[in-house]
Amino acid sequence: MVEMPSIDRERCNGCGLCIRVCYCKALTLVDNVVIIVETEECGWCTQCEAVCPTNAISCPFEIVIEE
Amino acid sequence: MAVQVELLKSITYFSGLPLNELGRIKDLIFEKAADKGELVLFEGKPAEVLYFIVSGVVKVFKTSADGKEQTLYFMRPDESFNDVSVLVGGQNMANAGALVPVVLYGIRKDDLEAVIRDYPQVARNVILALSQKVERLVSLVENLSFRHVPGRVAKILLEYAGDMDGRKPRLTHQEMAAIAGTAREMIGRALKVIEEEGAVRLERQRIVITDKEALQEMAGVAT
Ligand code: SF4
Ligand code: SF4
Repeated sequence: MVEMPSIDRERCNGCGLCIRVCYCKALTLVDNVVIIVETEECGWCTQCEAVCPTNAISCPFEIVIEE
Repeated sequence: MAVQVELLKSITYFSGLPLNELGRIKDLIFEKAADKGELVLFEGKPAEVLYFIVSGVVKVFKTSADGKEQTLYFMRPDESFNDVSVLVGGQNMANAGALVPVVLYGIRKDDLEAVIRDYPQVARNVILALSQKVERLVSLVENLSFRHVPGRVAKILLEYAGDMDGRKPRLTHQEMAAIAGTAREMIGRALKVIEEEGAVRLERQRIVITDKEALQEMAGVAT
């Protein structure tokens, strides 16, 4: 399983900017709200989070200390 | 596609103008489309055209002598860019590239000057548009110079760090920016700087602290 960026469907206004910036086709609009599909291609570039005008997408990073 | 008066109305520069005047201004404006990744302005080239964004997102950025990029802003529909360079007359002060496919409306320097001269409402609008730019620039200056962003981010990483198998706190760039009191655009660059210092390794979805002491040093925390 590949973890993908998470989407707050309540916030998404369907503008489609995230889809256009993403290089991996992980995002699509269904009924004017973005949905995300799992894909190994997503490099967690965080561009979808960056362009979203409504803060609907988040690409969180785990912060860990290497032992 | 031809330039549409309807779309001009929502641009700050042309707000409040009657349709017949917009119709005349329209003839001075040209449309330009750019593909994702395409540059529409080059820093240092003569500043000839002011652009308005009709659709898409444009990244305005500067490149340093050693090739590093610093994003200044993301500009979205109805916003303008290259205004200051065009009005001052000189060179483009930054690069601009299409982050997604974009459609722009452009107006040449001479035509813009004529419009400002002939339509007092446009002159007032330009003052408003430029004041908004100044506000944005002031906060950018704060972000760039008053605060040492990599140090702040280093501190955040230390405060939030978990261990490899137990607690794994997660933060987005957006959240790190909010905590650091800076713009989201600054975070990616700050993390790269920290990685170059050898304190962390950036992975998909993970920031691994590989040298805690180096990170503490960057954060200005006593070890
Ligand atoms: S992180 Fe990048 S690759 Fe992954 S879904 Fe977002 S834009 Fe696409
Ligand atoms: S950029 Fe944000 S608001 Fe626009 S479609 Fe994507 S998730 Fe929705």
